[in-house]
Amino acid sequence: MYTFSSKLKTFSFVLMLVGVLGIGYGFLTAPKSIQDVETILASESHGHEGGHNAHAVEKHDAKADAEHKEHVEHVFHQLQNKPWAALYVACIFFMLIALGALAFYAIQQVSQAGWSPVLFRVMQGVTSYLLPGSIIFFIILVLSGLHFNHLFVWMADGVTTKGSANYDHMIAGKSGYLNFPFWIIRAAVFIAGWNLYRHLSRKNCLAQDDASDNSFYKKNFKMSAAFLVFFIVSESIMSWDWIMSFDPHWFSTLFGWYVFASFFVSGITVIQLVTIYLKSKGYLEVVNSSHIHDLSKFMFGISVFWTYLWFSQFMLIWYSNIPEEVTYFKTRIDMYPITFWGAFVMNFILPILLLINTDFKRIFWIIVMAGIIILFGHYVDFFNMIMPATVGDQWFIGVPEIASVLFFLGLFIFVVFTALTKAPLVPKRNPFIEESKHFHY
Amino acid sequence: MSSNKVIHAIYNDDDVLMDAVHKTRAAHHHIEEVFTPFPVHGLDKAMGIAPTRLAICAFIYGCIGLSVATTMMNYIMIQDWPQDIGGKPSFAYYQNMPAFIPVMFEMTVFFAAHLMVITFYMRSKLWPFKQAENPDVRTTDDHFLMEVSVNDNEAELVKFFEATGAVEVKVIDKH
Repeated sequence: MYTFSSKLKTFSFVLMLVGVLGIGYGFLTAPKSIQDVETILASESHGHEGGHNAHAVEKHDAKADAEHKEHVEHVFHQLQNKPWAALYVACIFFMLIALGALAFYAIQQVSQAGWSPVLFRVMQGVTSYLLPGSIIFFIILVLSGLHFNHLFVWMADGVTTKGSANYDHMIAGKSGYLNFPFWIIRAAVFIAGWNLYRHLSRKNCLAQDDASDNSFYKKNFKMSAAFLVFFIVSESIMSWDWIMSFDPHWFSTLFGWYVFASFFVSGITVIQLVTIYLKSKGYLEVVNSSHIHDLSKFMFGISVFWTYLWFSQFMLIWYSNIPEEVTYFKTRIDMYPITFWGAFVMNFILPILLLINTDFKRIFWIIVMAGIIILFGHYVDFFNMIMPATVGDQWFIGVPEIASVLFFLGLFIFVVFTALTKAPLVPKRNPFIEESKHFHY
Repeated sequence: MSSNKVIHAIYNDDDVLMDAVHKTRAAHHHIEEVFTPFPVHGLDKAMGIAPTRLAICAFIYGCIGLSVATTMMNYIMIQDWPQDIGGKPSFAYYQNMPAFIPVMFEMTVFFAAHLMVITFYMRSKLWPFKQAENPDVRTTDDHFLMEVSVNDNEAELVKFFEATGAVEVKVIDKH
């Protein structure tokens, strides 16, 4: 049995506390009114010699005034979105890590992998974050629907009413799919489905420990197969609903796969990091360097898979350069050059160079370094997907962004390691457990 | 000369063979070669053979392939005749890079794969019309053969290998 070290527990509480303070700070310092934004813009333009303000003063006609007013309102919404978007990115990122680990776990069950059963309890520990994570996420979705923020443009008032100043023909055409009731029901169904599988699968796995036959194992096998079917459908729709709908004028067909690869590799990386942590503390004697090596191969392979999808999506749109599609990448490359290309470097070039060597795949400090790079890179990947449509060129990785990550990181550590104390770290009666204990590559 | 003589110890089970290899190594007899009809897992480790460096070769070949592809396309598409083909920006290599990536990738894989295979053939001395070096036809079917050099200790060696479970121990004069 694992005992939650008090040091780690304190650490997670400190992270959560710092996170909450930072998130609060982010919301308090967000501009409250148009006047606040005017002062911010004025102080900014002083820096670069006249700029916006001087321009507006010179041409003091009605048209410039209207343009200026529209611009200020635009910036106002972006700055108001900032703390919300920061919270949203961190929240969905950590929730999807748990979901990625769950998908990996289900695949291990269905493929009857002989190497991984010694890691099942670690995987269940990582997926335990799914429940609290998805509840918080669902609350954020509901708050968005109740107009506490302007994250989703298609939710704004009057977007679908003809004659309204906000009327958007394109969004109105999609309102059969993008309307709040249908959207939130889909979210509820997906979250419920994933949590149900996670709950029952864990229950069966624990019951299998004390069973006299393999019936619980067989139940888990069938349930995992069904879950994977449900997962791939829900995952695809989830990516449209929760990420792609930030840009309701844009669409991409392989987007679901791309999002999947991003959080799947993050989930595997977290399984690896937790395994290495537990092993280094002496809790997992049966895990040998071959198990670590296998997980490293997955980190390596799925990183390349992510890159394949990232590039395929980018290159197809860049090549044909159709205006309605290409704005997605145009805005990202113009406004987010560091994070856009940085994600590619962190998620592909560094992992491929660090993990291509067989010996390196067993050296803990190299794997941990690669794992941290991968996780950081995929956070930035989600940042790239969500920020341009919510805060635009007002982005910055400052207090609200870092604090949100710290809060969810603290919560993640607390939930995962608490769950790990609840059951023995190695399943007893899994049909493949002996093979797994003697796995050698 | 006695050094031309070798022992051929023949086994009909890979477990017995592995056991015999361990014993032979422990007794400090030099194993010249082991012939098996199929890969025996862990045999190289038991014989103490150094790990292969073929993967390192492949990595280097891949880098060469990547350089060839880059140099070729940079010369053809950017330096030599930078035409406007359908509005693609051919002012600099990086500007048109996404269009070159598929070729760069395939060339990397092509060089890595083919040069590595050729390296393997050369290092293992394998080519068409090569004279097969099979000491006993049964080793391609269901028998395992260990070849050990003899240094004036023929009787001792024969006795040793008979004790390791060999189904047949032969002393061969090698030319």
